[in-house]
Amino acid sequence: MAVRTVNRLSRIMGKGSGTVVGGRVGMKIAPDLVSSLARGRMVILVSGTNGKTTTTAMVVAGWGGAVTTNETGANMPAGHVAALAESKVEHVALEVDEAWLADTLASTHPSVVVLLNLSRDQLDRANEVRHLAERWRKALEAHHDDNLVVVANANDPLVVYAGEVRANTVWCDVPTSWLADALSCPKCTLAISHVGSAWHCACGFAKPVQVTTTLGDDLVIDGACVTLDLSMPGEFNRSNAAMALSALRCVDVNLEEAVRRVNAIQSVVGRFSVRRWHGHVLRLLLAKNPSGFAAMMATLAEDGSDVWVAINARVADGHDPSWLYDVPFEMLRGHRVYCFGDRRLDLATRLDYGQVDFVVVDNDELVPTSKETISLLANYTAFSDWLARSEP
Amino acid sequence: MTTFCVLYPDLLGTYGDGGNGLAVTQRARRRGLDVELVSVGLNDEVPDAALYLLGGGEDGPQRLAADLLRKSSFVSRVRDGATVVAVCAGLQILGSTFCVEGDDEYEGLGLVDVVTSRGERRSVGELATRVEGQLLVGFENHGGRTTLHGGLDALGIVVKGRGNDGKLDGYRTKNIWATYAHGPVLAMNPWFCDEILAAVFEVELEPLASVADLLYHERCRVLSA
Repeated sequence: MAVRTVNRLSRIMGKGSGTVVGGRVGMKIAPDLVSSLARGRMVILVSGTNGKTTTTAMVVAGWGGAVTTNETGANMPAGHVAALAESKVEHVALEVDEAWLADTLASTHPSVVVLLNLSRDQLDRANEVRHLAERWRKALEAHHDDNLVVVANANDPLVVYAGEVRANTVWCDVPTSWLADALSCPKCTLAISHVGSAWHCACGFAKPVQVTTTLGDDLVIDGACVTLDLSMPGEFNRSNAAMALSALRCVDVNLEEAVRRVNAIQSVVGRFSVRRWHGHVLRLLLAKNPSGFAAMMATLAEDGSDVWVAINARVADGHDPSWLYDVPFEMLRGHRVYCFGDRRLDLATRLDYGQVDFVVVDNDELVPTSKETISLLANYTAFSDWLARSEP
Repeated sequence: MTTFCVLYPDLLGTYGDGGNGLAVTQRARRRGLDVELVSVGLNDEVPDAALYLLGGGEDGPQRLAADLLRKSSFVSRVRDGATVVAVCAGLQILGSTFCVEGDDEYEGLGLVDVVTSRGERRSVGELATRVEGQLLVGFENHGGRTTLHGGLDALGIVVKGRGNDGKLDGYRTKNIWATYAHGPVLAMNPWFCDEILAAVFEVELEPLASVADLLYHERCRVLSA
């Protein structure tokens, strides 16, 4: 009750959407609030570096009916408390920050946990991605509920390293393009050889043989074949959908109906939405780290059109933008890139060394208007800024 | 043709360190210098190069990189005068010993008399050091405490952040530059990049205006505030 009152107060006072403030107060009132609020409910958790918010939204939509969720992306215990206090609905889908997976597994006793991928992101906060994989593995080893089903990406060696400790992991063979953080084996540090979609290390660590879900032209889950026809762009979203649907299959949701509902999703908290700003038509694309940028840039048309990129390095983004050098921005050669955001000079320098045509935008008003829809790629707080300053 | 070589980016490339190779190569080519940039993978031989670049990495990969370099021609090439820029884990590997995975001491390459132990806490944040009157800016993220012995010179004096030990950052020999600053450091500090280029080619270089100058001045302003 207290949490809901604070959520409402926070909204009335105009401090954001209310969820994080309410949750912080909640955590102070009772540290085990998540646990008591989640008791008796059917919970699906989603974690990973990229695609958490979208995949969680796919779980919610695919499930059908009312589902409790942290749709604003507040994915640490404070946000979980806020979401669980806000709605008493039995079905719960929560996205979980990678670093909070162990705590959230213990407090929510989920039926299913979806492990999407692990790659470098906000290294000033999480430090080392291999260390995260180790923590996931230990958490899954320590989790005593045998009914937990892990739905995990078989093509990401760091995810496999975590998920292989469970006897009943549902492995998903879904396209995974970013492997730069798993070139050296998480078990023995030797080089992992990747051949096509198969991979193995000399120490014996390898892609799981028994896969439940396969995504090619069609999606096959446990022998059942369906067609994915998503409204949202990108191969990565097909992979996200395949994993969301695999999770729903574990809780006996009708697959055909779930696919129809997932196909209909147009955008998720503004991501992929088309917005207007000062006479420009913008398609907002969230990309927070090298793998996210690589995936998002692959969706751009090779038509030489202008591309806008906005980069900040605030707390929620990570203070260290050195990851810009891990982004294959060379993919944007042939486009002109307008650089926005607090760290536009870091971006411009990266583009300059990458021989990509760029313009540093110090005054937004001076950007020439174009009739075309412009793709705007932005990292976390820059994306929020652009969502707030633009209109539907 | 002069060869610049990025060593084991698969192991030592955690913090955008590949950007150092990119920046130094671009700044050379824009001055008409004929440079090729090669990357050495886990199963490759270390080639003959005028400049070697080493980046930052996590514990396991850092240990493997040290083992691979120990077995390679790298140490003898550096003793013969090849230039090295080493950042973070790379800085530690060139020394006598470093710590990985808790407090396990691991043998480095012994090219410099440098010992890295586990720091009391991790050093994460902006790093600014004064190097002979100029500011070197970047970002550090490491768990090491590094001490220099045998009269070895530090690269710079810490103005903000921690570096080796809160006072000094990195080290400097005739042909080795080492720092805890990534950024990547050569992209963010054009003067530093040019100093290394000038040393490799043994020439004086004319200034080269680029957007990196604006970035450098912005970071200096922010970090000096």
